[in-house]
Amino acid sequence: MQAIADRQGVKRYVIDLTVNGDPHTIVVKANTLLVNVLRDELDLTGTKKGCELGDCGSCTVLLDGKPVDACLVLAVEADGHDIVTIEGVAEHGELDRLQRSFIDNAAVQCGYCTPGMILSAKALLTRNPHPTELEVRQAIAGNLCRCTGYVNIVKAILAAADGSAPQTAAASASAATATTNAAGVTAGLGEEAR
Amino acid sequence: MSTDTKQDYAVIGHSVPKIDAREKVTGTAKYTADLKFPNMLYGKILTSPHAHARILSIDTSEAEKIPGVKAVVTHKDAPTLKYGISPARWDENIFCIDKVRFVGDKVAAVACVDEETCYKALAAIKVEYEVLPAVLDPLHATDEDQPQIHDEFPRNINAEIHQNFGDVDEAFRRAHYVRTDTFVGNRTYQTPLEPHTATSMWEGDKLTVYSSTQSPHYFQYYIAREFGLPMGNVRVLKTYVGGGFGGKLEPTGLEFAGAVLARITGRPVKMFYDRAEMFAHNRGRHRQYMTLTTGVDENGKILGVHADFIMDGGAYTSLGIATAYYAGAMLTLTYEFDNFRFDMLRVYTNLPACGAQRGHGAPQPRYAFEAHLDNIAKDLGIDPIEIRIRNARRPNTVTPNEFKVNSCELRACLEKAREISGWREKKGKLPKGRGIGVATGSFVSGAGYPIYRTDLPHAAAMIKVGEDGTSATLYTGAVDIGQGSDTVLCQMAAEAMGYTYEQMKIVAADTETTPHDFGAYASRQTLMSGAAVRQAGEEVKRQLLETAAEMLDFPPEQLDVRAGRVFAKDNPETTLTFGEVARRHFVTKGPLVGKGSYTPPKLGGTFKGAPVGTSPAYSFAAQVSEVEIDEETGEIKVLDVWDVHDCGTVINPSLLHAQVHGALFMGMGEAIWEEVKFDGNGRILNANLSEYRLPTALDMPRVHSELVESYDPAGPWGVKEVGEGATLPTMGCFRNAIFDAMGVSVDSLPLSYEKVWRALKEKREREAAG
Repeated sequence: MQAIADRQGVKRYVIDLTVNGDPHTIVVKANTLLVNVLRDELDLTGTKKGCELGDCGSCTVLLDGKPVDACLVLAVEADGHDIVTIEGVAEHGELDRLQRSFIDNAAVQCGYCTPGMILSAKALLTRNPHPTELEVRQAIAGNLCRCTGYVNIVKAILAAADGSAPQTAAASASAATATTNAAGVTAGLGEEAR
Repeated sequence: MSTDTKQDYAVIGHSVPKIDAREKVTGTAKYTADLKFPNMLYGKILTSPHAHARILSIDTSEAEKIPGVKAVVTHKDAPTLKYGISPARWDENIFCIDKVRFVGDKVAAVACVDEETCYKALAAIKVEYEVLPAVLDPLHATDEDQPQIHDEFPRNINAEIHQNFGDVDEAFRRAHYVRTDTFVGNRTYQTPLEPHTATSMWEGDKLTVYSSTQSPHYFQYYIAREFGLPMGNVRVLKTYVGGGFGGKLEPTGLEFAGAVLARITGRPVKMFYDRAEMFAHNRGRHRQYMTLTTGVDENGKILGVHADFIMDGGAYTSLGIATAYYAGAMLTLTYEFDNFRFDMLRVYTNLPACGAQRGHGAPQPRYAFEAHLDNIAKDLGIDPIEIRIRNARRPNTVTPNEFKVNSCELRACLEKAREISGWREKKGKLPKGRGIGVATGSFVSGAGYPIYRTDLPHAAAMIKVGEDGTSATLYTGAVDIGQGSDTVLCQMAAEAMGYTYEQMKIVAADTETTPHDFGAYASRQTLMSGAAVRQAGEEVKRQLLETAAEMLDFPPEQLDVRAGRVFAKDNPETTLTFGEVARRHFVTKGPLVGKGSYTPPKLGGTFKGAPVGTSPAYSFAAQVSEVEIDEETGEIKVLDVWDVHDCGTVINPSLLHAQVHGALFMGMGEAIWEEVKFDGNGRILNANLSEYRLPTALDMPRVHSELVESYDPAGPWGVKEVGEGATLPTMGCFRNAIFDAMGVSVDSLPLSYEKVWRALKEKREREAAG
C-alpha cells in the first residue's frame, strides 16, 4: 500500500476498495475507520453509526461476505477487499428477498438498525440457507434494536429463508382481524431454542 | 359516534406496509447525521468532568490557535436565559455560568473543519474548577448539611406534591387489612439507537435547525425564546429519526450551541453526541423510592391508597415536574377506589437530569403497585387475577383525581389473558422454579393539556390533492420517530377522503411547511393528530363530492367516495374516479385542499397538578408472564409473555402489535438488566452499550399479543393509544412471576439475577434459622 507523508510528517495511505462492485481509490490516515470512509468519503450513509465501539451493530457491512462492524475495521485493513453495504443489497432497484420480507413482516420501525440487521441476516442466509430460529437469533445477537423486540425481525428473516417471503404476510394476517378488531399475533422463540 | 364502529373500512384496519419502509431497508433514508451541507463545520460540546464545581476561569486561547478551529464559545457568547419545561422551574443554561452541576454539564463548545480537530480543540480549552462536595444520594439530598445545588431551591427540593382525594385515613380505619410496602425503581436510559444530532444554519435573521427530535414545534418554541427570535424566524425540521422513547423530546445543548456556533461562523454547524455523551445528557427514567399503603376489605376490594414517593431528579428539572405528577396520578386508573393520597418529593442531585421515558413516570409506580397488590392477594388468599378483576375499572367512570374514563375493557383483558396463558392450569401447579405472574397498566392517549402554556390547538393538518388527482399530500406536524405515525395518518387521511393509501404522500414535522402539532410524546398522535387529519380528509371529501355532483348532475348528498371511486349511493353503476373529479375541481375551482385541527375538551379537576394525567381516552392492558428461575444462580428466564390490550379501534394491526413487542422489550430490559450506574464521584460507570445491557435477540421470550374489542368515542374512528401503555405492566408482571416461582419478593429494579440469588439465599437462611 502506497504511503504519502504530509508536511507534518503524518502518513496517508492509498487504499483500493471495491464497494458494492464499484472500485474506489482513497487516501486515508492510519487511524481512519472504514465506517467513516463509507459515510464521509463515499456518501454511503446507509451504514449507520450508533456507538463506534462495536456494541450495537448499526454499522454492519459485509467484508468479503462476512459481517463486520465497520467501526472496528481500519480503512487500511479493508485495502484490497470487497465490501457490500446496504446500498448494494438491492440490485437494479429490485429489492432482495430479505428487504421485501422486512417490509412485509413489519420488521422496520425507526429503521436505524435495519441496514445492519439485513446485512447480518444476508450473511447468515448465504452460509446457511435454512437456519433454525435459534440460529437466526444468534446471527443477529450483535445487532441491537430498540424498537421491535426483534419479534418481527426474526419472523422476517425466517420467512425470507423459506423463500416464501410472502408479498402480503402482514396483510393476510390482519385481513381476518381488521373488522373484528381483535387481532392476535403470536411470535417468539420457538421450542428449538430452549 | 358509535355508528361507524362496525363499518368495513377501505383503508384503516388494514396492515398496509409502512410508507417509509423501502427507504429504510435500502439505506436511502437520511437521518440527521447523514445530511451534509456545503461549507459545513463540525461541532462538539465540552462537558464538566466534575459532579459539582465552581467555574473559576475558562481559557479558550490555546484552542482558538489550532488550525481548523473556527469558533470556541462559552456562556459569554450565548444567551443566558434559563430554560426548562415550566417557568417556575427554568433552571438550565445553554452553557454553565458559575457552576457545573453534573458530570457532563455543558461548559463550552467548538466548531471545526472536521471531527478530529474538534477533539483537539476541546482538549486545549483550560477550565479551572473549584471542586465542591456533591449530592449523590437522593435520600439525603434534603438533609440540612447537604450542599446546595441551585440557590433558588432550598434543601435541593425541586418539587413537592401533596394531593389528597377522599379520606384515606378513614378508609384505612374501615379496612379489613392494611399493608405497607416499599419499592425502589432504577435509573434507566431511553437508549435510542440513533445518537442525537442537530445541524444549524442561519440565513440572515432566520435560523434553520435539522434535528433528531420528537417535537420540532417544542424545539422551535424554546430556541426562539432563547435567541429572542420570532417563532417564524426559527425553522425546525427532522428527517428520519432513529427512535426517541422520550429522550428526544426537549432541546439539548446541540441545538442551542449549534445555533450560537453557526451564527458566529456564518456556516452550517453539525453537532452530535457520541454514545457516552448521550448517557451523560440522559433525561431518562428517574430513580424512585416508592412506599405504598393500601387498605382493602375482606374480599380484597381496595378502599384507599397512599403513595409516598421520593424521586431523584438529577441536576435539572428537564421534563421531570411532569414525571413527578404522572408518577402518582396514573396509579388511580386501573383499579377503582375512592380515597387516594399522593406525596412526592422530587429532589435535585449532582447526577444527570432525568425526564420522560416511555410511560412517563408511570411504569415504576405501576411495578410497585402490582407487586404490592400481589402481596395483599397472597396475604388474603385471593388469586392474583381474581383480586384484579374484583377491582378493575369499569367504562364510563371517573377516578378519584377526576380523570374521566370512557371506554375501558380491563376486565375483559384480564379474563382473556387468564384464558390464553392457561393461568388456571398453571397457577400453583407449575414445577419447582417456574412461576406465573400478572400485572395491568393504563396510559393516556395524548395529554389533555399542552406541553407549555398556550391556546394553540394540539394538532392540525392539511391535505392537498395533486392537480391531476393521482396523489394527495398530507401536511402534518406529527412526528414519526419509528412508531409509524406517517403510515397510520396517511391511512386515516385516505379513509376520510375516500382515497387510497398507496397514492398518499406525506410532508411531516417541519415547522415551516407543516401545520403545528405538539409532536410525538404522551402517545398522542393516533388520537389527536388523527382527529385533525380526519377533519382535513372530510373537508376534501365534501368539496370533491360537490364537484362530482356538478359533473353528474346529482345532489351531493346522494354521492359517496371510497377507495378512489366516486359513486351514487342508490345507483352504484354511476361512478367517477377520484382522480378525474379532483382534476376537474382544480380546473374549475382551484386547489383541492382540506384542513383540520384538534383541541381536546376541557378535562380534569381544578386542584394543583390536575392537568397531568388527563386525556381524552385511556388504553388498558393486562399481561401474564411465565418465568423459570435457576435456584443456584438466580438467573431469570422469561418463557412467555401474553399481552392483552384494550387500545380502541386499530388503524394498522401489524404496526400495533409491533408497538406492543417493542414496549414489552423495553419493559423487559428495565425489569431485569438495565441500570445506569455511577461511581462515588458521580461518573457513569456503564455509558456504553455493552455494559448498559439492552436485551438482545437471544433474550426475548415468546410474545403473544392480543386485543379485546373496544371503541372510544373520544378518538377518531374510536382509536386509543398503544405505544407506551404496553411498557407499564411488564416490570410488575415479572416480579410477580418470580414471587410465584420462588416465594421471594425482589423489591427493587432491576430484578437482577444477583438480587434474586440474594433473596433466595436470605430465604434459605431464614428457614434454616426458623
